[in-house]
Amino acid sequence: MTTAKGGHATMDGARPTSETTPHWAEEDGGTRVPYWVFQREDVRRLETDKVFHGPCWNYLCLECELVAPGDFVAVHVGETPVIVTRDADGQFYAFENRCAHRGSLLALEDRGNVKDFTCVYHAWTHSLQGDLVGIAFKDGIKGCGGIAEGFDMSKYGPRKLRVQTVEGMIFGSFDEDVDDLEDYLGEELIGRIARVFNGRTPVVLARFTQILPNNWKLYVENTKDSYHASILHTFFTTFELNRLSQKGGIIVSEEGGCHVSYSMIDRDAEEKKKNASLYAEQKIRSDKDIALQDTSMLQGFKEFPDDITLQILTVFPNFVLQQIQNSLAVRRVQPTATDSTQLHWTYFGFEEDTPEERKIRLKQANLVGPGGYVSMEDGCIGGFVQRATATASGERAVLAMGGYDIGSGNDRITEASIRGFWAEYRARTGL
Amino acid sequence: MRDYVQTAATAARIAEAQARYVHTIDDGNCVEWPEFFVDDCFYMVTTADNFAQNLEAGIIWLDSKAMLHDRILSLFEANVYERHSYRHMIGQPFITSIEGDEVECESSFMVARITREGPTMLFATGRYIDRWRLSDEQALIVKRIVVLDSGYIDTLLGFPL
Ligand code: FES
Ligand SMILES: [Fe+2]
Repeated sequence: MTTAKGGHATMDGARPTSETTPHWAEEDGGTRVPYWVFQREDVRRLETDKVFHGPCWNYLCLECELVAPGDFVAVHVGETPVIVTRDADGQFYAFENRCAHRGSLLALEDRGNVKDFTCVYHAWTHSLQGDLVGIAFKDGIKGCGGIAEGFDMSKYGPRKLRVQTVEGMIFGSFDEDVDDLEDYLGEELIGRIARVFNGRTPVVLARFTQILPNNWKLYVENTKDSYHASILHTFFTTFELNRLSQKGGIIVSEEGGCHVSYSMIDRDAEEKKKNASLYAEQKIRSDKDIALQDTSMLQGFKEFPDDITLQILTVFPNFVLQQIQNSLAVRRVQPTATDSTQLHWTYFGFEEDTPEERKIRLKQANLVGPGGYVSMEDGCIGGFVQRATATASGERAVLAMGGYDIGSGNDRITEASIRGFWAEYRARTGL
Repeated sequence: MRDYVQTAATAARIAEAQARYVHTIDDGNCVEWPEFFVDDCFYMVTTADNFAQNLEAGIIWLDSKAMLHDRILSLFEANVYERHSYRHMIGQPFITSIEGDEVECESSFMVARITREGPTMLFATGRYIDRWRLSDEQALIVKRIVVLDSGYIDTLLGFPL
């Protein structure tokens, strides 16, 4: 048996922790972010306890994915496998995807319809609500064997989540004492969510999972980073499709972890630009060859009563709701290692869509996802940070754009919502 | 016997066109990729899971040759990604139907990705579900649905498959 350098191998074979978690200077608040937070295993474990299993609401799935009693989907909350169900009472339930007996996975498919969850290992049966309800060979055979005397099935079972819904989306929390979802989100965010769904019935258009070569928090930062959009993603500017004249802003939740960023058409500026380009068309355009040949992708339809053409909304810790023109999607962020994340995309439309509207959604889905014109860059950018900071764990990122506060505002050249995320993250993890 | 001969000859023509298709993407001039398609073609990349459930949206969803052209243009002019290339291995086309000059077939593929700072890695496997239009001079794709076996896409999907 070898002894680890500078320490002793532990009995269970685990690597000895050579150091305690480094200190995140109080005065750094959410404005300086030490790179070790994207690298450390102990931070990852802390997040499981304090964030994903803590008093937070984690996005699970859409209600429309669970239509009939017995329908289920298997998802993850942080790194914990979870089953979400609809029972005969029409209600939604969620519990850990873990058998009460010796801990095998209960659901081996991503979705389906079942009458119960009978474990493949020794056939212990769990109800659609996650209760242990049956044990194979409970009474033994011919008087031999069987479960221990007085064994009370109701005392065993996988951990359950508290479940609440908002506008057709299901959220779950491992902590019974979490604030009500409504309070957690706050009025402004709920209004912005309702704006997208607007009482309609969502239908799933496709699901994709993107594997990101970086810590999950780098992706969360990216979704809150309204400052990078027009710099990193040049699809709109290259083809002169962007509206420099757009107005917009951000909203940051009270605790900091949730946000909305949006941009909208400025009708006056649009009019001026139209006149200007009419004038410009009199001249010969030198960059004619880099115009799109087929612009039908960008001819959207008027879906919302306001002029907002882009709205990105995040809920701490793992959720993004996207409206980019008429392309709608929910994204669920799932850590898988300190330097690996799964991003689960669900593109959706509504039952109420006309065939023409549906087609526009399918076309505009080209803008987003792992191959999206305005989002494929996000797949690699987190990896660039992860690689560049690998040996700079003591260094700190700086978030000074738009000042140091975390308030809402009327421009998007700000890192306020990222600072907000870190403020809430620190409050919850104690880092 | 006659049918067999016809099918074999058709498969050979499609296989030859696929070989050029792969060469164009992997080693040739990717800008010419749309030339393998008819003007009102359809090209999409989806996953086996979405395909089985008839879910309509794709990772890439293009319904005209002009959109294919725009995809390549965007890759070269607008999108930001680390340098990478693909290496396709395509199986023999399995012909499922022949109607006049249009042929439906499926071909399996494997695609390796080579990135600037990484080894050659298996990036995707799947099948092309195709409709080709054959004339005396050429074989063109009317419809190509790229069905990936896995629903998990590593990092990003840049170049066409
Ligand atoms: S582990 Fe599930 S029944 Fe034994
Ligand atoms: Fe982005």
